Amino acid sequence: MRTLKFLLQKEFRQIFRDPSIIRLIFMMPVIQLLILPWAADYEIKNIKLSVVDKDHSDYSRQLIAQVTSTGYFQLAVYTNSYPEALEQVESGNADLILEIPSSFEKELIKEDESTLFLAMNAIDGVKANLGSAYLQSIIQDFNKEVRIEWIQFPRFSPETQIEITSSNWFNPLMNYKYFMVPGILVILLTMIGTNLSSINIVREKEIGTIEQINVTPVKKFHFILGKLLPFWLIGLVVLTIGLFISWAAYGIVPVGSFITIYAFAALYLFAVLGLGLLISTYAQTQQQAMLLSFFIMMVFILLGGLYTSIDSMPDWAKWVTRFNPVSYFIEVMRMVVLKGSGLIDIKRHLLIMFGFAVVLNSWAIINYRKRS
Amino acid sequence: MSSISVKNIIKSYGKKKDKVIALNDISFEVKEGEIFGIIGPDGAGKTSLFRILTTLLLADSGTAIVDGLDVIKEFEKIRKRVGYMPGRFSLYQDLTVKENLDFFATIFNTSIEENYSLIKDIYLQIEPFKDRRAGKLSGGMKQKLALSCALIHRPVVLFLDEPTTGVDAVSRKEFWEMLKGLKAQGITILVSTPYMDEAMLCDNVALLQKGKVLSINTPAGVITDFKYPLMAVKAKGMLPLLEQLKAMETVKDAYPFGEYHHVVIKNEQLVQQVRDTLSNSSLSDLQMKRVEADIEDCFIDLMKEK
Repeated sequence: MRTLKFLLQKEFRQIFRDPSIIRLIFMMPVIQLLILPWAADYEIKNIKLSVVDKDHSDYSRQLIAQVTSTGYFQLAVYTNSYPEALEQVESGNADLILEIPSSFEKELIKEDESTLFLAMNAIDGVKANLGSAYLQSIIQDFNKEVRIEWIQFPRFSPETQIEITSSNWFNPLMNYKYFMVPGILVILLTMIGTNLSSINIVREKEIGTIEQINVTPVKKFHFILGKLLPFWLIGLVVLTIGLFISWAAYGIVPVGSFITIYAFAALYLFAVLGLGLLISTYAQTQQQAMLLSFFIMMVFILLGGLYTSIDSMPDWAKWVTRFNPVSYFIEVMRMVVLKGSGLIDIKRHLLIMFGFAVVLNSWAIINYRKRS
Repeated sequence: MSSISVKNIIKSYGKKKDKVIALNDISFEVKEGEIFGIIGPDGAGKTSLFRILTTLLLADSGTAIVDGLDVIKEFEKIRKRVGYMPGRFSLYQDLTVKENLDFFATIFNTSIEENYSLIKDIYLQIEPFKDRRAGKLSGGMKQKLALSCALIHRPVVLFLDEPTTGVDAVSRKEFWEMLKGLKAQGITILVSTPYMDEAMLCDNVALLQKGKVLSINTPAGVITDFKYPLMAVKAKGMLPLLEQLKAMETVKDAYPFGEYHHVVIKNEQLVQQVRDTLSNSSLSDLQMKRVEADIEDCFIDLMKEK
């Protein structure tokens, strides 16, 4: 125990003596949490629309007014030739083309039906998809209004219609920040856990101090614990800063209790620190450690359910996410922050995370030898 | 009783294809309380040997006993009793001199005060800088700090791997003075160096080359073992002279040595013949003299013979 105390004392001295590390530890959560949620937005806005209006009728103008008034679309080009509109798409000035045929109003009144043509630039798949979906629903609304205006008799529509109203539970306004911010916080903790710990140990390897420690009677268990504990504490401090920022900047107060979050985070940090330790036993230089943890982080983030839903991934990817500690913490964070889940609701997650911590740390300790 | 006993140690690195044999069947004994020098060029296997003896590296085969303890079975006990100063400065650069020393004292469960008498002479020289970070010290200071840290737990055996490499001549001299002081306190010292002049300062020396021990002897013994007559030759145009000397049948070996060329002659009878040949050739400013071999000549001879 005495040895551990001195190891910790040394470790903290070194950490606090490196101003860039301290700055990073405190700047990272602040910057990431203040900037990223505003930019990492699922909603598509400012879609540049190019309208080919061959009709120039009352209805076509009404339709265009209705589309542009939503705020999602910007009328970029208004023309009556399709090739010209396509040129604008090619040069990047427009994302969507809405073509209104010349007989639009006439057919709508006489035949009770008319066609519109929609073309989209699918290079940005998400934008194209969501843009056309928005536009379709706007046109449907427009269609309904026209019908109401025209079909006076019989008073009730002879066709049966199903109307859907939805209510968003746990996040009534579908505020994406409520689920982005806790997710980003998780990524932050993971980065601090794996990167800081792995690089710190590999640095001792590089400088050669690990050799000097190895010839002393210090037990490898003590040495490793002396490395993990400081970063475990730093991780919890970062979590506290992050939670404070989510409250101060976004008004996010977890519905569930802080105890649940901290309990899971404490366990989670041991798992990711174990991962950092494991990386450090394989890497010989800081460069290797950096590259390796960067690669792992990339997989963790993209397969973690932060940006894309895990449920919509292919089966093999779903399997991969089961071995991704990040996906569990993101789920837990969202459950606790938005739904108010308690320790009992996340006991499966806790158990799995415990498994991660045990496996990763034992693997690392076995792999870390004081002699070669 | 011998303090270090090495028997048939073999260590190789790499896989079958590009296998490098670092230590090839090494055996030697170091007596208690002596300074034992391992002399050898870069790549001779000195560091591998030190890492095996300090329990950091496992040998492929062979046994090594340090202070009566086996390096494999009783490595934990050995770690409490030996001090190791690696060739590269490997203390915490971001901790101060005092913090480094304190840290290494505490992990050995001791304190600076407890063993101050041992390190006093060395530590006094760096004490004025005790609040300076280790990374900001000069080379000689770093070396003194590293030695203090290796001594702080009063080890029985001290391993110094090329302690004087990259240190100026004055500091090197000081350093060997310190080693003599430590020897007087009864500490066994195993020291490696690529500098042959330092061999004279050891009690016993082993010459290591390409993983093999070429000779183990006292420095004086090494010199008396040198049986060939030696001459120092100097003339205008040193390079052609060397070529000429090497081409002579009567000459065993010739190599530059300071401002002279040292010429090893095959036997005593041929000395006059060499003198005559040189005098008769058209060399200007020719100087020749008989010299006594020093340890460097002996090592050069040993290394070329094997």
